[in-house]
Amino acid sequence: MATTQSRTLAKMMLLPSVTLLLAWMIVPLCMTLYFSFLDYNLLMPGENEFIGFLNYEFFLTDPAFIESFFNTLLLVGGVLFITIGGGIGLAILLDQAIWGRNYVRIMVLAPFFVMPTVSALVWKNMFMNPVNGLFAHFAEFLGVAPIDFFAELPLLSIIIIVSWQWLPFATLILLTAIQSLDREQLEAADLDGAGPFSKFTYIVLPHLSRAVTAVILIETIFLLSIFAEILVTTSGGPGYSSTNITYLIYTQSLLQFDVGGGSAGGIVAVIIANIVAIFLMRLIGKNLEG
Amino acid sequence: MGSITLKQVTKSFGDVNVIKPLDLHIREGEFIVFVGPSGCGKSTLLRMIAGLEDTTSGTIEIDGEDATAMPPAKRGLAMVFQSYALYPHMSVRNNIAFPLKRAKVAPAIIEEKITAAAKMLNLTDYLDRKPGQLSGGQRQRVAIGRAIVRQPSAFLFDEPLSNLDASLRVNMRLEISELHQSLATTMIYVTHDQVEAMTMADRIAVFNGGIIEQVGTPLELYQRPVNRFVAGFIGSPKMNFIDVDMKAGDPTCSLGVRPEHLKITKQQGLWSGEVGVIEHLGSETFLHVHLANGSTLTVKADGECPLQHGDKINLTADDNKIMHFDGAGMTIPSLSWEEKAVVKSA
Amino acid sequence: MAINHSNKSKLVYTLLAWGISGMLFFPILWTILTSFKTEAEAIASSPSLFMFSWTLENYSDVLARSPYFDHFWNSVVVSLGSSLLGLLIAVPAAWSMAFVQTKRTKNLLMWMLSTKMLPPVGVLIPIYLMFRDFGLLDTKLGLVIVMTLINLPIMVWMLYTYFREIPHEILEAARMDGAGIKEEIFHVLLPIALPGIASTLLLNVILAWNEAFWTLILTAANAAPLTAFIASYSSPEGLFYAKLSAASVMAIVPILILGWFSQKQLVRGLSFGAVK
Repeated sequence: MATTQSRTLAKMMLLPSVTLLLAWMIVPLCMTLYFSFLDYNLLMPGENEFIGFLNYEFFLTDPAFIESFFNTLLLVGGVLFITIGGGIGLAILLDQAIWGRNYVRIMVLAPFFVMPTVSALVWKNMFMNPVNGLFAHFAEFLGVAPIDFFAELPLLSIIIIVSWQWLPFATLILLTAIQSLDREQLEAADLDGAGPFSKFTYIVLPHLSRAVTAVILIETIFLLSIFAEILVTTSGGPGYSSTNITYLIYTQSLLQFDVGGGSAGGIVAVIIANIVAIFLMRLIGKNLEG
Repeated sequence: MGSITLKQVTKSFGDVNVIKPLDLHIREGEFIVFVGPSGCGKSTLLRMIAGLEDTTSGTIEIDGEDATAMPPAKRGLAMVFQSYALYPHMSVRNNIAFPLKRAKVAPAIIEEKITAAAKMLNLTDYLDRKPGQLSGGQRQRVAIGRAIVRQPSAFLFDEPLSNLDASLRVNMRLEISELHQSLATTMIYVTHDQVEAMTMADRIAVFNGGIIEQVGTPLELYQRPVNRFVAGFIGSPKMNFIDVDMKAGDPTCSLGVRPEHLKITKQQGLWSGEVGVIEHLGSETFLHVHLANGSTLTVKADGECPLQHGDKINLTADDNKIMHFDGAGMTIPSLSWEEKAVVKSA
Repeated sequence: MAINHSNKSKLVYTLLAWGISGMLFFPILWTILTSFKTEAEAIASSPSLFMFSWTLENYSDVLARSPYFDHFWNSVVVSLGSSLLGLLIAVPAAWSMAFVQTKRTKNLLMWMLSTKMLPPVGVLIPIYLMFRDFGLLDTKLGLVIVMTLINLPIMVWMLYTYFREIPHEILEAARMDGAGIKEEIFHVLLPIALPGIASTLLLNVILAWNEAFWTLILTAANAAPLTAFIASYSSPEGLFYAKLSAASVMAIVPILILGWFSQKQLVRGLSFGAVK
């Protein structure tokens, strides 16, 4: 609701953002799309022939693609599961009357501020290293064989590291949401004879749904393109067992210099992300604005 | 300074016509109240006059000049919003000074005007506080202060009292009325509360569904509503409506009687019924009387009313206090009591 | 909530909360402690928490090995520069979405956010090639541009949610009072939205500081921020735990402190208006 003047003004003020984002999205995307139909390898300069869907065929039939596709899903799903589950639990705990809540909150929040390369390196070397890592020392102390995390459980190890980074975020958002819960609702439930379990299921959880949606949305945006944690720890291995799509395309285009193949992979990644985005937007549209 | 003329003004949002073609002349110095139920278009019209909404068609003239396309700042009007719309980060002093600074008024004059306005509105002690530290009534006065220092050609009030509690509302009503008397500036006041309209207005415009049903002085609207809507909207408690069976040759479809015009009688009255809820206000008593046909009449009786719940009573009213409405809800003018008075004296 | 036997349950909850949060914080604490140990103590099979000979040697070694302050400066320039530039572009857009809503506003917001979901790998090659052709590879300017663009949707969203909480009427009052659009934004909107703007800025500084895809790919020696500086420790050389820890501490401490001081503002903005 406004006047024509303010609407014109509003359009002008939107223009820079929209133009920039459009350019940022469309221009490189078109180039990627174009490259994806070429036989284009940086190591073999030359004709860059048009080869149709051959790049796509190679990329999609590559067993590495299937594996990294499922790795991506597992990574995103696993981290979401851990951070939201753990986040709800922690948020409820931190909502109780406790001594030194501010210090607790600062400690819980800290991992969020640690850059991915640092957390990956610290976890990799100082905790998960099979010889000198703290976990190995601990296993030794217990008298069991230490686990070589990145050789035996590469994807799980990465899920653990990433979950550690994102748990603070989920906890904090959910804690804020819990604190905004109307205490009278809980008191009314007490009067109605609800126990702690039914209070949780019928009042706390529904109240949290908006916050959970926000957490899913924001985390998914970042988790779909996890890169540094993999680069620094496993480099996608052993084999492709901890390669996600982002990392697969990175190896193809910048390590094997196969621009055509990498571009085809990029387009596939965009399509996958779009499917996820549409799904998420539906969720958001329903949950966030309401 | 301060006459506003609306000519065939309309407003539509997409396919929805919020204001249907409307003409209104607001005279210089008058206090006009736009009243109506929510969604009737009264606030939209006020915002169109302010320049905060486009006018879809028609013209708005301010002091004889076409202002339809003028931006709000150029119209020389001041507005007081329902939420006060004070600048929360500025002190009361700076809130009041804001329009003057925008108009590049000299600092010394600004200071002078603030002092005068603060004195007038009892804000002198609060000039250095932030709006958040003030009570609702004080915030309202700051908003008014911000409006008056500009010496606008007209004041626009958008439901300014609806966020205040009941007793404060009565006080502010008086203050605004007094302000109008001392400034003698045109004021357009939007409200959904017909009591505010009746007590403050020189003239009232009753809005309904994007049109003005009737414009007139408070007493005109009370005594001679043009239709059933206005009759029902003006007056408290509301007018009673009684559907009647249509008779050949008489277009009357329903009758209207105000609670204060119904009289309890021992003889055979026009209606009879059983007393339901009784509301004692001390000075008067409202009886809700259930008729045999299922409708309920509100009756205003004396403060010391001996009736009890369940009593059977008869009701009557003077002929000239009963209004007749036709099938379209319009007042049937041949029965208006003015004309009857003419007939009688003849 | 707990009213009866409150102290007992408070003790239990306190212990539980401190235990869990201590575990979550432990990797950081351990890194900080290790950074003050000698290399031998750092990999000792029965490591000690506090009982070791404290040394600052690792810090001086790290400083000698690589130009830490250059990387630090790169990080500061890139994160602050991109956040400020982003703010400049995002504030008008958020103003227009929050205060001049149309039917398309919601779709536009969703679209903006969806660009954030565009996987960087999808545009990796063209960006890399364009950067190469424009001479932006391994420059701070190049990184500032990329960071601004990737965080722009988040900034617009956050500012939008803050602006939406400001009543329209205040801006309309300013308009009635004779304020032009510039005065409306600078004298009224921005001062009122200052906490929101500050938290938007903070969050984006943190996101840009920690971004580790483009910073790793688009930089080499000159413009490499701290993410790239740390990544260089993933080579076998990184097995010097104490030095790795010292470098890590130096990379994260600035942002850790910034984050702790601004945690309240951060939470609200990050939740996209889903949590009030």
